[in-house]
Amino acid sequence: MSITVYVPRDAGALSLGAEAVANAIASEAQQRGLDVDILRNGSRGLYWLEPLVEVSSPAGRIAYGPVEVTDVPALFDADFLRGGRHALALGATEDIPLLKSQQRLTFARVGIVDPRSLDDYRAHGGYRGLDAALATDAAAIVQIVTDSGLRGRGGAAFPTGIKWKTCLDALADRKYIVCNADEGDSGTYADRMIMEGDPFVLIEGMTIAGLAVGASYGYIYLRVEYPHAQRALEAAIASAEEQGYLGSDLRGSGKAFRLEVRMAAGAYICGEETSLLESLEGKRGQVRFKPPLPAIEGLFGKPTVINNVVTLASVPTILDHGAAFYRDYGVGRSRGTLPIQLAGNLKRPGLVERAFGLTLRELIEDYGGGTASGKPVRAVQVGGPLGAYLPASQLDTAIDYEAFAAIGGMLGHGGMVVFDDSVDMAAQARYAMEFCATESCGKCTPCRIGSTRGVEVIDRIVAGDHATRERDGVLLRDLCQTMLDGSLCALGGMAPLPVLSALDHFPEDFSGAVEPAAT
Amino acid sequence: MLSIVEIDYGTPKVASPTTVELLIDGNAVRVPAGTSVMRAAAQAGISIPKLCASEMLDAFGSCRLCLVEIEGRRGYPASCTTPVTAGMKVSTQTPKLADLRRGVMELYISDHPLDCLTCPANGHCELQDMAGVVGLREVRYGYDGANHVHAEKPDGSANPLFVAKDVSNPYFTFDPSKCIACSRCVRACDEVQGTFALTIQGRGFESKVAASQDNRFLDSECVSCGACVQACPTATLSENTLIDKGQAERSVTTTCAYCGVGCSFRAEMKGEEIVRMVPNKDGHANHGHSCVKGRFAIGYASHPDRITTPMIRKKISDPWQEVSWDEAFAHVASEFKRIQATFGRQAIGGITSSRCSNEETYLVQKLVRAGFGNNNVDTCARVCHSPTGYGLKATLGESAGTQDFDSIEHTDVVLVIGANPTDAHPVFGSQMKQRLRAGAKLIVIDPRRIDLVRTPHIKADYHLKLKPGTNVAVLDTLAHVIVTEALVDETFVAQRCESEAFAKWRTFVAQEKYSPEAMEAQTGVPAALIRGAARLYADGGNGAIYYGLGVTEHAQGSTAVMAIANLAMATGNIGREGVGVNPLRGQNNVQGSCDMGSFPHEFPGYRHVSDPDTRALFEKDWGVPLLGEPGLRIPNMFEAALDGSFLGIYIEGEDIAQSDPDTQHVTAALSAMQCIVVQDLFLNETAKYAHVFLPGSSFLEKDGTFTNAERRISRVRKVMTPKAGYADWEITQKLAQAMGYPMNYSHPSEIMDEIARLTPTFHGVSFDRIDQLGSIQWPCNDDHPDGTPVMHVDEFVRGKGRFMLTEYVPTSEKVSAEHPLILTTGRILSQYNVGAQTRRTANMMWHDEDRLEIHPHDAEERGISDGDWAGIRSRAGDTVLRAMISERMQPGVVYTTFHFPGSGANVITTENSDWATNCPEYKVTAVQVTRVSQRSDWQREFHSFSEEQQDLLDQAKPADTLGRA
Repeated sequence: MSITVYVPRDAGALSLGAEAVANAIASEAQQRGLDVDILRNGSRGLYWLEPLVEVSSPAGRIAYGPVEVTDVPALFDADFLRGGRHALALGATEDIPLLKSQQRLTFARVGIVDPRSLDDYRAHGGYRGLDAALATDAAAIVQIVTDSGLRGRGGAAFPTGIKWKTCLDALADRKYIVCNADEGDSGTYADRMIMEGDPFVLIEGMTIAGLAVGASYGYIYLRVEYPHAQRALEAAIASAEEQGYLGSDLRGSGKAFRLEVRMAAGAYICGEETSLLESLEGKRGQVRFKPPLPAIEGLFGKPTVINNVVTLASVPTILDHGAAFYRDYGVGRSRGTLPIQLAGNLKRPGLVERAFGLTLRELIEDYGGGTASGKPVRAVQVGGPLGAYLPASQLDTAIDYEAFAAIGGMLGHGGMVVFDDSVDMAAQARYAMEFCATESCGKCTPCRIGSTRGVEVIDRIVAGDHATRERDGVLLRDLCQTMLDGSLCALGGMAPLPVLSALDHFPEDFSGAVEPAAT
Repeated sequence: MLSIVEIDYGTPKVASPTTVELLIDGNAVRVPAGTSVMRAAAQAGISIPKLCASEMLDAFGSCRLCLVEIEGRRGYPASCTTPVTAGMKVSTQTPKLADLRRGVMELYISDHPLDCLTCPANGHCELQDMAGVVGLREVRYGYDGANHVHAEKPDGSANPLFVAKDVSNPYFTFDPSKCIACSRCVRACDEVQGTFALTIQGRGFESKVAASQDNRFLDSECVSCGACVQACPTATLSENTLIDKGQAERSVTTTCAYCGVGCSFRAEMKGEEIVRMVPNKDGHANHGHSCVKGRFAIGYASHPDRITTPMIRKKISDPWQEVSWDEAFAHVASEFKRIQATFGRQAIGGITSSRCSNEETYLVQKLVRAGFGNNNVDTCARVCHSPTGYGLKATLGESAGTQDFDSIEHTDVVLVIGANPTDAHPVFGSQMKQRLRAGAKLIVIDPRRIDLVRTPHIKADYHLKLKPGTNVAVLDTLAHVIVTEALVDETFVAQRCESEAFAKWRTFVAQEKYSPEAMEAQTGVPAALIRGAARLYADGGNGAIYYGLGVTEHAQGSTAVMAIANLAMATGNIGREGVGVNPLRGQNNVQGSCDMGSFPHEFPGYRHVSDPDTRALFEKDWGVPLLGEPGLRIPNMFEAALDGSFLGIYIEGEDIAQSDPDTQHVTAALSAMQCIVVQDLFLNETAKYAHVFLPGSSFLEKDGTFTNAERRISRVRKVMTPKAGYADWEITQKLAQAMGYPMNYSHPSEIMDEIARLTPTFHGVSFDRIDQLGSIQWPCNDDHPDGTPVMHVDEFVRGKGRFMLTEYVPTSEKVSAEHPLILTTGRILSQYNVGAQTRRTANMMWHDEDRLEIHPHDAEERGISDGDWAGIRSRAGDTVLRAMISERMQPGVVYTTFHFPGSGANVITTENSDWATNCPEYKVTAVQVTRVSQRSDWQREFHSFSEEQQDLLDQAKPADTLGRA
């Protein structure tokens, strides 16, 4: 009987050498005449351990990592196929403390199942949510999602059920489900991990969304730099179609839902939902004004639900286990779990799915293990390039939409980038404006001109003398206000947040390379 | 730059049956539901700052100047994109909004030149206005940052963001350094014109307006309609005349003298000089849009070729002699009287033109009928839409289109046959394109792939690419499908149409010989396409037919018009908005010239001269006895001239030597006459055969009215003094007086009063009434005091609609071994008709010669490459044009435009004509095409004759202008 060895095909693991490791294991096994079945799973999200190789055993999977090609002969020598002892041995995967302590609802199958196998998906509880959805009616599905308290995980945290209800109530001859998979925030990779590691859960979530609002067609607008996700999704869509989970007659229900993957245009702004719709329609990715809401007038002018990958991928669990099951996780108005992506200067970067409520400090210290450099944490940027820079003094803030809003921050898509005390916060503020200038669609004036002027003013502040610095500081704050209140979309409307937070919390970094002589 | 007199309300007007009341700055405002906060405020006299908004365009929300505060709403919504809701409380001026707006303006001006005093837009620049409105006092960013303004950076290196002026378009200049990236030009190109030539290229701060793939305007897909120029809030896109002359000081509303759309314009004037022509937003036919001709191609009116002194000569080989007006009138009167005395009362006549005003045409026919004492008057509508008059009168009871242009907003299926709206009626073409983009279906019946068949965001559902000359066959097959597939609107037919005629027609078209399958070989249209198109037209909701000269200019032109009317009646597609039968008129006043009694058999209002009551009415009013027998049609005049019985003619505004078929026959007839009097702006082709030249006035130099394709009567207003001293109506009046027939009008309004008095459909029309309403669609009388946008609503003008049998009779003009190809003709956007006007403008940059379009297969067989000289020979004559290989053509069919006299298009066309009206069969001529190395004999003779005539003209001029040509 062959032994199954799991080597991730997750892009993060691949970038750490997983492909070579898989090949090495295969050839080593062949040389040794061993019957090995290599299964390319998703990543467990413990990136400091990637490539994480697992072997199946009667007692569950045993993990080894991080494995390099040169470790492979020794692993065989140590009889890792039978869980043999080796320096890289991590024991039973499920017992790795930083995995065991997580609350994986959305990521329940990522790293465990074969992303190419619909049977495996079903064997691990897949498509039970769709069965539940098919057994009830559209309004009931929307009610369940509403009751679950699920909010948009793309950044805006809008209640998903309310969005769906708006779309359900809109009368039209055609509606669409659009998945925003143009994941582009710095330090984020949850969408990618799902699409690579458990693509069926997204397909199932979109199918349920289609049933919920009366849409029979869906698009996944996929970040163009995600070729592995594209392959995984397309393979999954093909087998779902083959087995009647997509098509004109879902599981014999007479209801239809089809899906296609569209590669994105390579622009950050196309992750903004209205630009995304423009881009999907084949137009220049330029922001639309709202209202009309996409739920009423969206893709090709038709009512459209547009949700992020994590949002849609959370739906099957909710339908399967019920609204209460999901709602019972979390705090306040932040219900359920949030897949948090730890990145930046950390010892243990990776994905942590936990119920809302734990603190930033717990995440950074307990899960992240503190900075990789060993220096103290100085700032954390949460929620992507438009998120505020939080100083170390705010690390006790709970992961909770409202708690973050209260300190001028946002959780966004759940990405966190950690900086140690060597960071230059004026440069980070400049980067925020520069990012906005690079990625601005150019439609509205505050963002189009303001972001470029922002870079220039910060440069002047840094290079200037005391007198000009004060004047330009006022100008920078005025500009930030114009952008905050005047911009058409969140790009220009939030780019000032990291700038202002840097100014507020780290004013000393803006005093220039050469301090004026003390008087 | 917007019009100097119009108020822009920021977002389009909304038509809604329900209204909403809201409070804006404490003022209660009631507006239709769906109106934007910005427009609601503007209607209440509260102006909210704006830059990217214009009521010609959908709201865009990019400039962020129009932000307001709304009680109970977060943030600062843009008033242009926010619809009103009941009870909404809006504040348009708060300290916070003032800060925001100033902040936005500070950003704008940090990337804008500071040359206001020397800028063409100075005085009407919206950016300048907004800087003033928000109280911008300082630009703290300075001017050394990234910018699009300066060619060089402060360090002397090249500024990659700077783009130099584009002066490629002859009419406007594009100066990107002044651009504020509001996208109004891009949106105008999309939403108003529908060409999509412009785009925003790049993103963020690098965003810039680009034509096509960053081409020069002239090299791009731009059709130079000028919508972008009008939309531009700064001087980025400015008319060259504005740049040259400065701001206008007054604006006069008038009507375009080009095609039958009849666009309303505001002539922006400085003294007697036109600074710009700006389409009138309140114009009922054009709603603020225009084309390259109407907006820009008016230079002909002041072209040096204009003749401004009357001239006479004994023989056409003599030099012209300049004379006084009185001498000229006396000379004409004496010649005409001599001819009549010698050769009889019928030996003279008159031709008027569709380019003349209603009042002018009315006077010409009155002069002929009352002054000359015969009915020998005809008009150039003879050669274009006379079959429309005949066919629609016979079936519906009125010789006119049934709808207004705006009717298309309610159309579900557009059927275009023998018309090319995007070239020949561009402003209506744009309206049609917008409707098609909004979802209406499209059927095109045309031998050639016109632009509408496939243009950005539009694709015809059916293109029935028929063989030229088979219109009636195709229309009959469509009728066959409708009748045999039970697609007839039986209720409509039973209630509204003559049942006996319908029953006969039903049996007639149901004959197997009219099945699409049976006709396929003749028409060249696959039967399945005919069936699909018939079902779509009959069953697709409101179906509207638009047709042009591709229907009328055939041996069976009148039959085809009747077949069209039959289709509309059979499917109930007539008598309400969104449907109808719509002839697209070629020239500005085709409809009016027909209405005014310029045909030899009809008094004004389409009343036959043999009708004693009508004749009595006119005899009483005009004080002379009138003849009850129809006079000569244009072709009859030529025959009579060659017979020696028709020797004097007064031609106003028409160029029969170029525009009538079989040129050599026409010029022979002209050469046989003794006194040809031509009244025109230029020494046109006919004038080269004339004995008297009376210098006419352009539409800018006189008052009057034009009636467009929708029966819409609009005012033409004098904006400058006639260059030759008299407006055309005055010349006709003086001529009448010289002939001894009294005419004593002191203003064209008095002529219209007479028309109204004598014509039932015009009873309610007067200049005052037109001024009140803006324009009037006849019938306008006690029953319809405000005019009639849609005709035949409750019953047809003739009572019951009458189905006419439309037997398909193939034209005698058939291909043979000797003439294996069919030549058909049409127009191009930049040129107009015989080209007398547009050839004297910079429109020549787009089209400076007529070319022969030929399918690659036909060209290959003949060894013809693109640009080669192609000899075209018909049984009437031959000419030479350069070839243009084009897949728009079907094999076996060649095509050319007819805008240049030297092209000799009408040397080739034959004497064939419509059986009912003599409208020439311009659209079907059997020809052979061969590769040749030089111009034809005719062309060489034409060229030397033209040179001679130019010499004879130059000799008439005072010595100081000699040698100009």
